[in-house]
Amino acid sequence: MDSKDTDKWDLYIKPKRGWFNIEIGEIFRYKDLILLFVKRDFVTFYKQTILGPLWYIIQPLFNTLVFTFIFGKVAKIPTDGVPPFLFYLSGTVVWSYFSHCLNETSNTFTTNAEVFGKVYFPRIAVPISVAMTAVFQFLIQFSIFLGFLFYFWYKGSDINPTIFIITLPLIVFHMAILSIGFGMMISALTAKYRDLTFAMGFMIQLWMYLTPIVYPLSQVPEKYRLFILINPMTAVVESFRGAFLGVNSITPQELLFSIFLSIIFFIGGIVIFNRVERTFMDTV
Amino acid sequence: MSTTVIKIENLYKEYRLGVIGRGTLYRDLQSWWATARGKEDPNSLIGHTGNGKARDHILALNDINLEIGNGEVLGIIGANGAGKSTLLKILSRVTAPTKGSIKVKGRVASLLEVGTGFHTELTGRENIYLNGAINGMNKKEVSRKLDEIVDFAGVEQFVDTPVKRYSSGMYVRLGFAVAAYLDPDILVVDEVLAVGDASFRKKAVNKMKDVSKGEGRTVLFVSHNMESIKSLCTRSVLLSKGKIVNQGDTIDVINAYLSRASEDVRMHGGERIWNIDNAPGNKVVRLMAIRTKNKKGKICSEFDVCEPFYIEFEHMVLSGNSQLSIVIEFISQLNNQVLLLSLDNYVSGPWGSQKPRDKGLYKSKCFVPANLLGEGNIFINFRIFTPPCPANQSEQIKEMGVIGFTVIDNHNLEGARGSYPYDLGYVMRPKLQWVTESIQPIDNKF
Repeated sequence: MDSKDTDKWDLYIKPKRGWFNIEIGEIFRYKDLILLFVKRDFVTFYKQTILGPLWYIIQPLFNTLVFTFIFGKVAKIPTDGVPPFLFYLSGTVVWSYFSHCLNETSNTFTTNAEVFGKVYFPRIAVPISVAMTAVFQFLIQFSIFLGFLFYFWYKGSDINPTIFIITLPLIVFHMAILSIGFGMMISALTAKYRDLTFAMGFMIQLWMYLTPIVYPLSQVPEKYRLFILINPMTAVVESFRGAFLGVNSITPQELLFSIFLSIIFFIGGIVIFNRVERTFMDTV
Repeated sequence: MSTTVIKIENLYKEYRLGVIGRGTLYRDLQSWWATARGKEDPNSLIGHTGNGKARDHILALNDINLEIGNGEVLGIIGANGAGKSTLLKILSRVTAPTKGSIKVKGRVASLLEVGTGFHTELTGRENIYLNGAINGMNKKEVSRKLDEIVDFAGVEQFVDTPVKRYSSGMYVRLGFAVAAYLDPDILVVDEVLAVGDASFRKKAVNKMKDVSKGEGRTVLFVSHNMESIKSLCTRSVLLSKGKIVNQGDTIDVINAYLSRASEDVRMHGGERIWNIDNAPGNKVVRLMAIRTKNKKGKICSEFDVCEPFYIEFEHMVLSGNSQLSIVIEFISQLNNQVLLLSLDNYVSGPWGSQKPRDKGLYKSKCFVPANLLGEGNIFINFRIFTPPCPANQSEQIKEMGVIGFTVIDNHNLEGARGSYPYDLGYVMRPKLQWVTESIQPIDNKF
């Protein structure tokens, strides 16, 4: 077929398309859909609950209390001189954004099968909207964290926020591409092999313990340090604590490596997602 | 001839049958390894049909070529499983073809189901925006159409109520209304006109007519209802087993479909017999045989409108504790609708007080009088349920389209049509009593 012929057609449906083919323009055309998905997920989260949006703060606070008791009071893990409650709260707030995005994205195909089976829109709108909805949740939890930060600072605890707090949007963005990138890879597989849906729950749990959430990176013995650092989330948590609490033990090279790895995950996720979205309807 | 807006070339769609399990992973890897080395996929039907290797694969579309012009309303008809819906799914990009291509000019919107993506917790208004956006409209376009949509659906009072409080009728009306106001260049519609009550259905069909005739859009329309195809489409294609077997003028294509269907309908030749292991049913009762017989008791699958006949069933009662009742439905091939439903008169006493039928084999006959059904193809749905529960809640056997037969009209003067020579359409044909008498003659004086 000559190229003159293709020019006339607005849409060309064929079996396979390129490895890396996301039409940015198309995603932009569907921006209203993405925003409506965000609104839907945010509004319907607490419909028909008594405590409503309070649930956004109950979860991290409760987790933090449990961590403070178990890892702080019982196991007595040092927290780099930061009040244990604040230390665990910082980790929990960051981790809950990541785990929420990862978990939601990994179920993209299975939870949206009904809509995907009836109408076309760029499927990547769903992971994007998940990451955006989670930002609102993060902001609510983050403001709780800020409140406690001021409280401890006022009470004279040894907390030294640095100028790097302005990099917060970048830290969140870093987490977003990592979690939806990895989530999209998983979602492609869960579309076909449901086993992974069951594995996801404890995988995220395990991942949390491989990330310095309940312990500082400085406490990791030197021989395991590399192992913990391969995990891109380590750098995210450490840079967040570095910026807001003034404690971290991560080098710029290690941070760059984490960013690089996240970008790889993101691109890989899009490639796999793209290949699956076209035919996944035949397998569910 | 108008310009072509859809061009379908050598389109194939292959599905894998069976359950996805441990074996699937192995075959996936095998297929991937073969294609990665540039070899043919050993698990595919395309390229080597009939070598028996790809037994668990099926071609839902098999080499479809079709061009559709601007402003054309094309009907797509065919029996269940002919590939109609698959074609629409590929066109609306829900799934990708296995081979071949479709080229399209303009924006395509698909209406494969009403109310897709509605969230029950959101209000009617919020759902209109969401549904519009899912179908590719932006916020501004929806705002412009909002009043028309709400008005068409008739939900003005409830527009700020969550749709979970809607009646099912309101729900489908709203779903249809959003889609009907999508404003695409090409609209793909799958059997959605069968929603809502009769007056809304009429409104929906009229809206579709406006979309196609008034606004000059291209419409692809799938339906089992030949009446709506006839009233909407000028050109149609007939699909059978994934291939286009007939296309052209809608009336001709429908006739071709009906004559093919008439062969299908009579494929059992008026008799089906099962053995106890594979008979439809369960441990309570099983359907062992079904026959259509003429008045002489001869097995037959074609009857004259003026000829009485009967349907004979044999059922085996395996558990003696249940009251049993048989229901048969006569389904018209033309529009897939129930023409007539009949309960066996076993339930003639006070409801729920029948004596359970003892174990054993029973034979029932349902006599259809002469001059009842019109000409055409009829399918029988057969059900056995256990009173006193309603039929739909206690089905022991549910066999849809279990057997079929054809009623022909030989223009016998005894029939209800008398000597009327033209097409009477698909209607029941009882002979009602008529009297016409002169009550006031007018003489020729003025």
